[in-house]
Amino acid sequence: MKQVLEGSMAIAGGVKMAEPHVISAYPITPQTHIVEHLSQMVADGDLKAEFIMVESEHSAASVVLGASACGVRTYTATAAQGLLYMEEVVYNIAGMRLPVVITIANRAISAPINIWNDMQDAMAIRDTGAIMLVAENNQEAYDMHIQAFKIAENRDVMLPVIVNVDGFVLTHTFEVVETIDSIEKVREYLPPLNMEYKLDVENPYSFGTIAEPSVYTEARYNLYNAMNFSRNVIIDAAKEFDDMFGRFYGGLTDSYKMDDAQTVIVAMGSVLGTVKDVVDELREAGKKIGVLKVRSFRPFPEEEIVAALKNAKNVIVIEKAICPGKGGILSVEIRDSLFKHKINSVSVNGYTLGLGGRDITPGNIHGLVERAEKEENVDGEFIGLSQQYL
Amino acid sequence: MMKEIRIHGRGGQGSVTMASILAISFFDDGNYCQAFPSFGSERTGAPVQAFARFSDKPIRTRHQIYEPDYIIVQDITLLKSVPVYKGIKGNGKILINSEASVKDAIGELGGIEEENVVMFPALKIALKILNKPIVNTTLLGAFSALSGDVTIDSVKKEIENRFGSKLGKLNAEAAQTAYNYIKGDRSGF
Repeated sequence: MKQVLEGSMAIAGGVKMAEPHVISAYPITPQTHIVEHLSQMVADGDLKAEFIMVESEHSAASVVLGASACGVRTYTATAAQGLLYMEEVVYNIAGMRLPVVITIANRAISAPINIWNDMQDAMAIRDTGAIMLVAENNQEAYDMHIQAFKIAENRDVMLPVIVNVDGFVLTHTFEVVETIDSIEKVREYLPPLNMEYKLDVENPYSFGTIAEPSVYTEARYNLYNAMNFSRNVIIDAAKEFDDMFGRFYGGLTDSYKMDDAQTVIVAMGSVLGTVKDVVDELREAGKKIGVLKVRSFRPFPEEEIVAALKNAKNVIVIEKAICPGKGGILSVEIRDSLFKHKINSVSVNGYTLGLGGRDITPGNIHGLVERAEKEENVDGEFIGLSQQYL
Repeated sequence: MMKEIRIHGRGGQGSVTMASILAISFFDDGNYCQAFPSFGSERTGAPVQAFARFSDKPIRTRHQIYEPDYIIVQDITLLKSVPVYKGIKGNGKILINSEASVKDAIGELGGIEEENVVMFPALKIALKILNKPIVNTTLLGAFSALSGDVTIDSVKKEIENRFGSKLGKLNAEAAQTAYNYIKGDRSGF
C-alpha cells in the first residue's frame, strides 16, 4: 500500500516485516523515532518481540549480541556518539559472526556538539567487520531493512548488517512509501532464522572465547572471507527482492545516466536525489554526465566501481565525512581501486561538504561539476567555508 | 510540475506538524509529496522552518527550499528578525497570520508586491473555535483556499487523522472556517 510515512516510521515498518524476536536500543537523536515506533508496535501487540530497555548503547548492543547468540533474530539502532559507545560490541558481534541488523541514523560526531547529518559516525566503524549498506530514500530504507536480515543470516555470511540512513534528511522526512501488505510473502523471502551454531544447553558451544595466536589469524581470515563472499549475497538479495516485490535499487552500486558519461558524480545516501535532479538538468544542456551510487560501502564494490568509472575523465566524489591527516575517504578508496587496475586516466576529485547538517544545494553540485573540470585528484577539499569562522 | 512551500513559525507552534499534514493532503489529492523540518535548536519560541513539496512526479531532491511558491508565516513578529520573504518566486504568495493590514507589513517584506501578500486573522479564528492560540490548522484551511493546490476535504481529513476525533473535528472546523473566510464567506467567523 502506498502511503505517506516519516522515514523513521518506514524503517520501523520494514523492521517489523522482518519479525525480529529481540529489539534493544537506547534513544539518541536522530534515531529516536525509529525505536519509539518499534516500542509502540510491541506495546500494542502488533509485533511479537521483546523490546528490552537498557541504560546505554553499549548495553543495547550487548543485549542483541546475547540474544542473537541464542539463535533469534535481533535488531538495534543508534547514531553518532551512541554508535561510538557501541563500537566495541559491534566488533564482538562481527567476530562472533552474529547476524544482527543495526540501523545508523547517520549523524555528525562531537565536539563541537552537533545532532545533524553527515557520515562521520559510519566511517568510524567501517573496519568492524559489519556489512555497511546505505539507503538513498525512505522506500529503499524500508526495503533495505528486509534485505539486510536476509544478507546477515546467509549461512556463508553470518555477519552484522548496518543500514545507514541519513539522520533527519531521511529519518524525519515524510514521503510516499509503498509498504508490503503480505507478511507471508516476506516470510517466503526471509525464512525463519536457523543458526547452525548457537547457545543451547542441549548442545553447548562457547562464543567469543579466547583465541590464541595459533587460531586468531584464521578467525579473522574467515570473517574477511565471509565479507568478500557477501558481495554476491547482497546482489542476489536485491535481485530476489525485485523478483518478489518489484523494486530494485542496484546491487553493490547503481548507475544513473552513465552511458557515454565523461563526468561522473559518486555519492552515497540521500544526497543522490538532489544530485540526480542536477544531472538531469546538465544532461538536457548536453553535458555527458552520470551518477554512480555506492549502495554497499562494506564490502567495497571495487570491481563495479572500476567498470563504471574506467572510461570517465572526471570523477566527483561527495565526501560527507573526513579523514583528518589524509583527506577524503570514499575518494581514496576509489582512487586505490583504479590504481590497482592500472587505470590512470581518471581524475578522482573528493570534495567535503554536507558536514553537520549543512544543506547540500543544487548550486553546490553545479559548482563541483565546474571545479572538477579544472582540477585533478582533489583530496577531500572543503566546500563552502565561511571565512568569518576560520 | 513541482511546487514548494516554506513555513515559518516559532518552536511550539506546530510548523512541522503543519508541513506533514499538508504533505499527506497533497498525497490524498493524487500527488507525490515531501515534508521535512529544518531542525534548528528546538527551543520553544525560537524561529523554526518547515518545508513541503508536491508534484505529479516522484520527488527526489532534498535540499531546503530557497525559492518557494508559497510562504506561510505563523507569527508576524518573525518579520522583525527573519527575512521570511527571501527567495519567493515572482508571483509567489505569502500568507501571514495577522489582523494588521498589508500596508502595515509591506515595509518588512523585501519589496514583494502588495497583491501577493495575504494577511489573515488566523489567531482570531483559532481562539474562537479552538480556544487556544495555535493557528497551524487554521492556516492550512486558509492555504487551501488561497492556493487552490490542495482540497479542503483532504486537509480536514488529515487534520482529523492527526488529532483524533474530538480535537480533530474542532481543528477541521477551524480549517473550514478559514477556508470560507478566504473565499469571502465570513459567516462562521
